Amino acid sequence: MSLPARVATLVLAFLAVAAVALFVVIHYFLGGPPTVDYSSGVTPDTGATVHVVMQEDPQNTVSTHPDWVSYFIQDPKTHAWIHTTLFKVPAGSKIDMTIYGYDGCTPLRNPYFGRVTGTIGGVEDVDGKPVKVINSWSGCNVGHTFSIPGINLNVPMASPGLTASLCGTSPCTSGPHKTMTFSFMSPKGTGEYFWQCRVPCGGGFIDGFGGPMQTIGFMTGNMEVVS
Amino acid sequence: MAASVADDAQGTGSAGPNHGLRIFLIWLPVAVAADLLLYFVYGPHMPPGQMSNTAASQQFDIKVMSVLAAPIMAFVLVAMGYSMIVWRHREGDDEDGPPIFGNVRIQATWITVTAVIVLFLAGFGTYELAWPGFAGAGSGEGPAPIWKPNGTTLQVQVIAQQWRFTYRYPQFGGFETTALMLPVGEPIQFNVTSLDVIHSFWAYQLGVKADANPGVNNVAYTTATQTGNITVRCAELCGLWHGAMFNFGKVVSVAAFTAWAHKTEIQLAAVTKILPPYATSYDPTVVPQINKAMAKAGIGGANGYYYPPQDPVQP
Repeated sequence: MSLPARVATLVLAFLAVAAVALFVVIHYFLGGPPTVDYSSGVTPDTGATVHVVMQEDPQNTVSTHPDWVSYFIQDPKTHAWIHTTLFKVPAGSKIDMTIYGYDGCTPLRNPYFGRVTGTIGGVEDVDGKPVKVINSWSGCNVGHTFSIPGINLNVPMASPGLTASLCGTSPCTSGPHKTMTFSFMSPKGTGEYFWQCRVPCGGGFIDGFGGPMQTIGFMTGNMEVVS
Repeated sequence: MAASVADDAQGTGSAGPNHGLRIFLIWLPVAVAADLLLYFVYGPHMPPGQMSNTAASQQFDIKVMSVLAAPIMAFVLVAMGYSMIVWRHREGDDEDGPPIFGNVRIQATWITVTAVIVLFLAGFGTYELAWPGFAGAGSGEGPAPIWKPNGTTLQVQVIAQQWRFTYRYPQFGGFETTALMLPVGEPIQFNVTSLDVIHSFWAYQLGVKADANPGVNNVAYTTATQTGNITVRCAELCGLWHGAMFNFGKVVSVAAFTAWAHKTEIQLAAVTKILPPYATSYDPTVVPQINKAMAKAGIGGANGYYYPPQDPVQP
């Protein structure tokens, strides 16, 4: 092989490797879902109240996985529904959560997590009625859970029922649903707290624990606590 | 010089210095000092500490192995240093090193010493595992443990699931909780299982580590000898949030534990009622079975919430 050909081959090989590296950096490290900021304008560690709004949907028609179940988070300024599971709250604040449950039901792998823990008063309101435990094995009662193990928070999401004609386009704005409200205190220190759903809702994956259950932006994410 | 080294190495005797004796005299105080420092100074701080009989047993084992290994390492380092100084290349000496053939005395010594060390460790390790006071030395022994502690044990079931450990106490009504509380001075039997993938229950300060496999009961024993805090981690890569799968527990007095257990049993009565009956393991396919039963009864959600019966990955 002539010298120019060897040099050209070397340059091409280098460019190929650089392109792959660039793709990995952009796609996997910089290409994640956005973070919804609930902390701006709130003074941390004052017990101020922040209102976080989410919904869980039977599908996800805004992504490349339309048949995956997914959470959405509402932007506090525009009130637009963002396809993400990352949100930011101020430290030492009272977090008032509202979650709209549009999805059907699946029994919990461990019915223990039908118990509400970590909320103020150890209770959630489902359509305005206080609830402490939901039995997911006795009927079509639980769609998902919202659980932050780092602060021992676990809240089962009630299902709108079995005969319901569920919302078919995400983010859901109409259709049968349950409304869950509860409050908890964000930790006083800064940090990242992962949250997850405990219902094996990865339909089509072994025992329901793959796909959306293992993917940030669908059924698990992060709550970032900032000062 | 080369000739005298060859003579000395082959034990034929020469007018030169006795290098073997020199190395031995340098090595002996180094080895003794290293052993004393390892056993008495660093030893009490070696992992995993002394919070339980199994942890203390593991620490003792590590001390013994360190005391055995240190003289060998010291010998290697002393011999290497001695060689670098005494037998270094000198100006004008271009002669090849002497050809060295077998030395029966060195070979016999090497084989004897290593055989004694290995056989001792085999016997020592077996004793440490078998003695009832250590009862498996904190490792998971499977569903039918060979070594058991004497007397009755407190049963604590460890249930692993992505990405949280929960604990059931069958002797207190079978309540389940995310808090790990243990009494000091009482033998404890951990029954470790999983509801989804493979995890590993690693209670570091207690010296307990047992794999959590779905559908399997993996038994491990320990007796806490001190009160204090413990950290539990998952030691088996188990999915997206494996790194965050940890929690903290406490070893408290027997009275405090009993009070906590009775109080928690009452507090959690409502959720205990909806738990499956206590068993040493739980069928990991139970949820798909419930799904199918519900679907058969006409109870169904929409897309992918109850797995459709034709779903090939469902049992």
